[in-house]
Amino acid sequence: MPSEFRLILKNADQPGYTSDIECYLRHGGYEQLKKALGTAGRDLADGKKQSPQEVVRKEVLDSGLRGRGGAGFSAGLKWSFVDRKSGKPIYLICNADESEPGTFKDRQIIHKDPHQLIEGMIISCWANDVKLAYIYIRGEMPQGAKLLNKALAEARAKNFLGKNILGTGYDLEIYVHRGAGAYICGEETGLIESLEGKRAYPRIKPPYFPAVLGLYMCPTIVNNVETLCHVKHIVAMGASEYAKLGTPNNTGTRIVSLSGDVKRPGYYEIEVGKATLGELINDPAFGGGLRDGRKLKAIIPGGSSSKVLKAGEVFKLKRKGTDGQMTPVDVPLLDLPYDFDSLQQAGTMSGSSAIIVMDDSRDIVDCLANVSEFYAHESCGQCTPCREGALWMSKALHRMTHGEGRKADADYLLHIAQNIQGRTICAFGEAAAWPVLSFVKKFREDFEARGATDEAKHDASVPQKISASSNH
Amino acid sequence: MSFTVPTNIEVEIDELITHYPVKRSASLMLLHAIQEHFGHVSREAIEWVALKLGLQPINIYELVTFYPMFRQEPLGKTHVKVCRTLSCSLAGSGELRDHFCRKLGLDSHKHGPQTTPDGKFTVEFVECLADCGNAPVVLVNDELQARVTTVQADEIIEKMPIK
Ligand SMILES: Cc1cc2nc3c(=O)[nH]c(=O)nc-3n(C[C@H](O)[C@H](O)[C@H](O)COP(=O)(O)O)c2cc1C
Ligand code: SF4
Ligand code: FES
Repeated sequence: MPSEFRLILKNADQPGYTSDIECYLRHGGYEQLKKALGTAGRDLADGKKQSPQEVVRKEVLDSGLRGRGGAGFSAGLKWSFVDRKSGKPIYLICNADESEPGTFKDRQIIHKDPHQLIEGMIISCWANDVKLAYIYIRGEMPQGAKLLNKALAEARAKNFLGKNILGTGYDLEIYVHRGAGAYICGEETGLIESLEGKRAYPRIKPPYFPAVLGLYMCPTIVNNVETLCHVKHIVAMGASEYAKLGTPNNTGTRIVSLSGDVKRPGYYEIEVGKATLGELINDPAFGGGLRDGRKLKAIIPGGSSSKVLKAGEVFKLKRKGTDGQMTPVDVPLLDLPYDFDSLQQAGTMSGSSAIIVMDDSRDIVDCLANVSEFYAHESCGQCTPCREGALWMSKALHRMTHGEGRKADADYLLHIAQNIQGRTICAFGEAAAWPVLSFVKKFREDFEARGATDEAKHDASVPQKISASSNH
Repeated sequence: MSFTVPTNIEVEIDELITHYPVKRSASLMLLHAIQEHFGHVSREAIEWVALKLGLQPINIYELVTFYPMFRQEPLGKTHVKVCRTLSCSLAGSGELRDHFCRKLGLDSHKHGPQTTPDGKFTVEFVECLADCGNAPVVLVNDELQARVTTVQADEIIEKMPIK
């Protein structure tokens, strides 16, 4: 039987567990910080020495920890790209923008266990020689910002933060910085611009990789809230024990946000890959199934930017056979293990680990129109294909959901979407195009039927009504 | 009328500026502080913030027009933000917003924030509020309300303190 495995959220929902530091300390809080600060350096076989910080960085690399914000990039590898020879200060920013539609996991950590994040951050900062760090929290979480400020003050009062932390000579400050309602601030270079007091216009990579040219053009680490929490547990367990959680190349645990048409929407922490999409949706330990009498229609598996999956799809996944060879195996949608690699092989992504379920009562055109409106509203406006294309697709879908569809709209939408992806400064372009590409390709008949019905209606009522919106 | 910021707010603002090695970084935090106190960010406030940070007013103005949370006009005392995005929409947030509009005599076909003539309420659709498991979600001023029904919506309207 699949079940939750709570590592990050171990304490969060326990009766009587509160967000204040005394409670956190009673539950072993800040012990891992002490352990990390006391790490001994190592002599390597080749005669080189590893500093205590390098030892912890290596542990994070060896743990296999992958970013929980969206891209699933190795945290240890990201840290290894940091330019440590530039002589410039190194900054760390915790990405608490949590704005990918469907995602509500970082909120749980911030509201219920803020000290866990702060401990993870302090360890990560120390391991990377960071003296100044920020938590960039989305503007619509005012209570979260207050809680974090209170928690930071408590940590400062106990000398886990500030000057000469616990007598080790290490100085660190962490401040909370609030966004103000723009989704694009979640993209790491947009976030950095925003933290510099500017419009959140993402920077082009290369050359502006944060690890080299980040905040104030200094080397900068941007990690998601959940990612930074895991660092604490890697220190606690050691890399090899930690890596036993989850599945190979998909280690540790992950908090899945489940919403839409299920009986028990909510957040569920699992060992990565140890539960399938079907279990997450249908098992009583998780989503508890669809509402009575309803059948599955579609799943958005990793936040609204990920490509939609259609009920009944079967995917070819590479699996290790008995002979040790990787061979393609047929895996039905609901049997997909919920991890980074399986979803990627299924042509989509686990993204921010947010699953949105749609049942057979839903109109797929309406759903895509809703998603597209989000991207039309949130494009930062720097690149023409994204700014114009996202709006254009949304307007066409608006027209389709207001009785003015055309049979040709399916191809029309695909054409626009194909001209956005790969032609923009940041990955928002893909985020806007992918839902359209996948919805239209997989549910083509729904789009064409909608267009055909509307066209028939119009043909019957001559002279044709020309409305302003029919020009899009 | 000249624009003055109360001493306690200015003390808070001066402290915020110390959080950053480059003053300009404090822009958003200053705008939040100003908006929390005055209810909106006026032209005078923009100039004041710019002067405080050694910037041109345009540097601040372009933030106020970019970031959706900042507003240049005063809004209602109770600000109702209904989440529009998919999970909430599936749970009926469209009808919920219509309900708020109907009850308050606002036009549900209009886009953008709408304020009642008595200045008590502003109703607005916003994008995902990161609590989709509790859809439909409504942010009432700083307080997040989960799984909001029309009954709860009526309560929100009735609870509004009469000033
Ligand atoms: C359009 C867009 C929006 C994003 N929004 C978020 C977000 O809200 N939170 C987040 O942690 N990462 C977000 N990301 C990913 C970040 O750019 C970055 O990869 C991440 O914060 C790195 O942290 P991680 O390696 O720990 O996952 C977004 C990316 C894009 C392209
Ligand atoms: S892709 Fe879109 S969001 Fe990203 S920089 Fe270009 S216009 Fe802005
Ligand atoms: S969709 Fe409404 S809170 Fe996320």
